Amino acid sequence: MRMRTIEISVGAFMLAGILAIVVLIVKVSGVTLSTGESVHLIKAEFNDVAGLRLRSKVSMAGVTIGRVAGIEVDPKYGRAIVDMEIDDAAWPLTVDTGARILTEGLLGARYIGLSPGADPETLGEGEFITETQGALVLENLIGDLVTRLGASN
Amino acid sequence: MIVLLRSLGILTLERLRGLGSATVMWVTALAGLPRRGDMALLGRQIYNIGVLSLVIIVLSAFSIGAVIALQFYTQLARFGAEDAVGLGLALVLLRELGPVVTALLFAGRAGSAITAEIGLMKSTEQLSSMEMMGVDPLHRIVAPRLWAGILCLPLLTAIFNVVAIYGGSVVAVQWLGSDSGGFWSGMQDTVEIWDDIGKGMIKTVVFAVVVTWIAVYQGYDTEPTAEGIGLATTRTVVTSSVAVLAIDFILTLGMYGDFN
Repeated sequence: MRMRTIEISVGAFMLAGILAIVVLIVKVSGVTLSTGESVHLIKAEFNDVAGLRLRSKVSMAGVTIGRVAGIEVDPKYGRAIVDMEIDDAAWPLTVDTGARILTEGLLGARYIGLSPGADPETLGEGEFITETQGALVLENLIGDLVTRLGASN
Repeated sequence: MIVLLRSLGILTLERLRGLGSATVMWVTALAGLPRRGDMALLGRQIYNIGVLSLVIIVLSAFSIGAVIALQFYTQLARFGAEDAVGLGLALVLLRELGPVVTALLFAGRAGSAITAEIGLMKSTEQLSSMEMMGVDPLHRIVAPRLWAGILCLPLLTAIFNVVAIYGGSVVAVQWLGSDSGGFWSGMQDTVEIWDDIGKGMIKTVVFAVVVTWIAVYQGYDTEPTAEGIGLATTRTVVTSSVAVLAIDFILTLGMYGDFN
């Protein structure tokens, strides 16, 4: 009898520990287990993606509709190529969809904001968004401002 | 001068002897366990080391999580950045506090118990009578405790992290009224599986090995007197606490210190 309670509590302990690891992975790091829900891949070229990270969110009208799946640099033209996974719910996107790199709050995390277009044609799997605007780098803005102020005096 | 040199030599040789016999003991014991009949022994030790440590782990985790959230909140609210409470809390816990505090509590709660138990067995000559009966005490006494410790501490750390983050969310979201969406999504955007959770788990496995090793060796090596057991128990707690903190610094340096 005594041995039995020990065995049961050991079993419960192991279960609790493993559950805790699963909770950490799913709830805290926010990995979405792919539940067979299909995603669509699109690409976009930016002149600057400063601060954008893997799994940063992609949103449209403030609603998260996907995430960043890859960031590479095109060494020939010195531009960044970003792969995005778009959820089925927001698919398809029009060819004149615009992509901008935005910031949450003043110093928050970077994300990609998509603005809908009006073209009847839609983007295919793996195609490029052409209307893009890169990240605003605060230091560059301040630098510009300082130069202009200097010039006007 | 010569006398001084000689005593330094003796000290070094003694330390090396201790380290050597501890290593030999550790390897033999670890290699000794996985046989089928040993599961009951192991289960018993998981109960002693893991299940009975659960109360102290859960209680301290909740209060630590709550305190960190409170401190982060009051400071971050000055910049209007309350949403960063969640990610700060999660990163602090997963990377540093979770593994380290759990290991320290584990050393105090389970490590001392292991040392005292084995030390008492030695001083009442249970270990030598086992040897006389042809039962290997390394296999029967030491190995289950080592394995149980290595198995339990990572699980306890995971439980600690979950409870502490929950405690933090209770304070930040429910009590102080920080936005629940910002709390969780800020956390989920920043925390990486490998960089934060995985590396934290590596730390805790290393700590588990170190703490149980020290505890078992101190018990096995103790002077077979009442005073000796007391000394050995103290030494277990002190040595493993210092070792955990020092090793944590080295591991952090290796994992997060970018020298490229």
